Amino acid sequence: MPQIQIPSPLRQYSGKQASVDVPGKTVGEALTGLVSLHPDLKRHLYTDDGKLRAFVNVYVNDEDMRYLEKEATALKDGDTISIVPSIAGG
Amino acid sequence: MATLSDVKPATGQPEAVLSNDEILRYSRHLIMPEVGMDGQQKLKAAKVLCIGAGGLGSPLALYLTAAGVGTLGIVDFDVVDYTNLQRQIIHTTADVGRKKLDSAADKLKAINPFLNLRTFDTKLTSANALELFREFDIVADGTDNFPTRYLVNDACVLTGKPNVYGSIFRFEGQASVFATEDGPCYRCLYPEPPPPGLVPSCAEGGVLGILPGLVGVIQATETIKLILGQGDSLVGRLLLVDALGMKFRELKLRKNPECPVCGTHRTITKLIDYEEFCGVRGVEAPVTASSDVPAISVEELKKKLDAKADIFILDVREPHEYQICNLNGYLIPLGDLPKRVSELDSSREIVAHCKMGGRSAKAVAFLKQAGFTKVHNLTGGITAWAERIDPKMPKY
Repeated sequence: MPQIQIPSPLRQYSGKQASVDVPGKTVGEALTGLVSLHPDLKRHLYTDDGKLRAFVNVYVNDEDMRYLEKEATALKDGDTISIVPSIAGG
Repeated sequence: MATLSDVKPATGQPEAVLSNDEILRYSRHLIMPEVGMDGQQKLKAAKVLCIGAGGLGSPLALYLTAAGVGTLGIVDFDVVDYTNLQRQIIHTTADVGRKKLDSAADKLKAINPFLNLRTFDTKLTSANALELFREFDIVADGTDNFPTRYLVNDACVLTGKPNVYGSIFRFEGQASVFATEDGPCYRCLYPEPPPPGLVPSCAEGGVLGILPGLVGVIQATETIKLILGQGDSLVGRLLLVDALGMKFRELKLRKNPECPVCGTHRTITKLIDYEEFCGVRGVEAPVTASSDVPAISVEELKKKLDAKADIFILDVREPHEYQICNLNGYLIPLGDLPKRVSELDSSREIVAHCKMGGRSAKAVAFLKQAGFTKVHNLTGGITAWAERIDPKMPKY
């Protein structure tokens, strides 16, 4: 089952979990599974019209999904999805 | 991997000759072939501009100065305060109240009298960034907000200066090198900033004191490698630092051909209004009375409590904030309010408060929608109470 890594700014919406195992054949399916498991995450990941937010990047292993097949990117067992939101602290 | 040959402009100027005192000082550099006399002279000839003398700027400026970077510019307009000292190690307790630039200048000059320090007591803006950046070879971004991050990036792309990037939040950090000739820029990574209110700042969310040390030293390392033209730089890679798990990971970064500032069809060819672009938002600001959120001042609340009025104080902060100081209120964190609203009695007079008044204004708005009529927001929050009613109460 693919594992989704949750960054610390978003863990307050994932029941404090740093990673969540979610079934899914594609990145889109896994992310949909994630937000149905943790509905509070939804407005942080998606805009009101259901598009993934531009400041939230999603990586499959170490590759940006924008340069793969985006949400349609196929997943295989052991793949890690990372959600990497922008942070600005200094 | 990118090395100096990929990075414009080359910084080494052979005329930067080292004195005998400098040769002794930089001995541990000079005996390594990767630095040597050539490299040390490149460092001396280099001009690095550090944006901010805060958490990231502290280790950056200290190490670049110690390493022998010849000219260091620092842009900052802030004053040292007590909450800075947990992580901004260039400043000391005695510096509280001083300009960060003055405080930093003392330490840097003490570390290395050969440093040519240039301080810029100003906010970096679209009006001054390009002119400023043109005088330097490399820009190190140690700012703490999204508008300035995008400003630094765009100004670096427009002036052709590498942007040595680092940012931090709580236990996590990011570092990379942006805006080299063939490499991606910050906008390739994040085309748009988060909408206001969705990503908390360090002032709201906190940050582990050592984290800017870890990330700032990575920025200093990348800066020095760019100057020396040695090693594999972080161009094209985003380094993620997780201090809690003590894990370092890297992700691939690509230059986005559709990037509005560095792509093939550029739509941003001059600096824009970055506050507007990011929908401006600072730290949680004190919320004043407004028509839809009825408010009460700390003085009025004190008077009512002294008169033994029946008031239910609702504290909507987090439990760890309650431990720091409280008004004996009933604690329901803002995020839990919708599912715990049945614990509240709508027939009683309720005063909601948080740290500064922002979260409790949202709580009051929510309660009003839920049918509560006797609910007020404590203007300025518990901070105003500590400042104006109970000076013995700690502020945080």
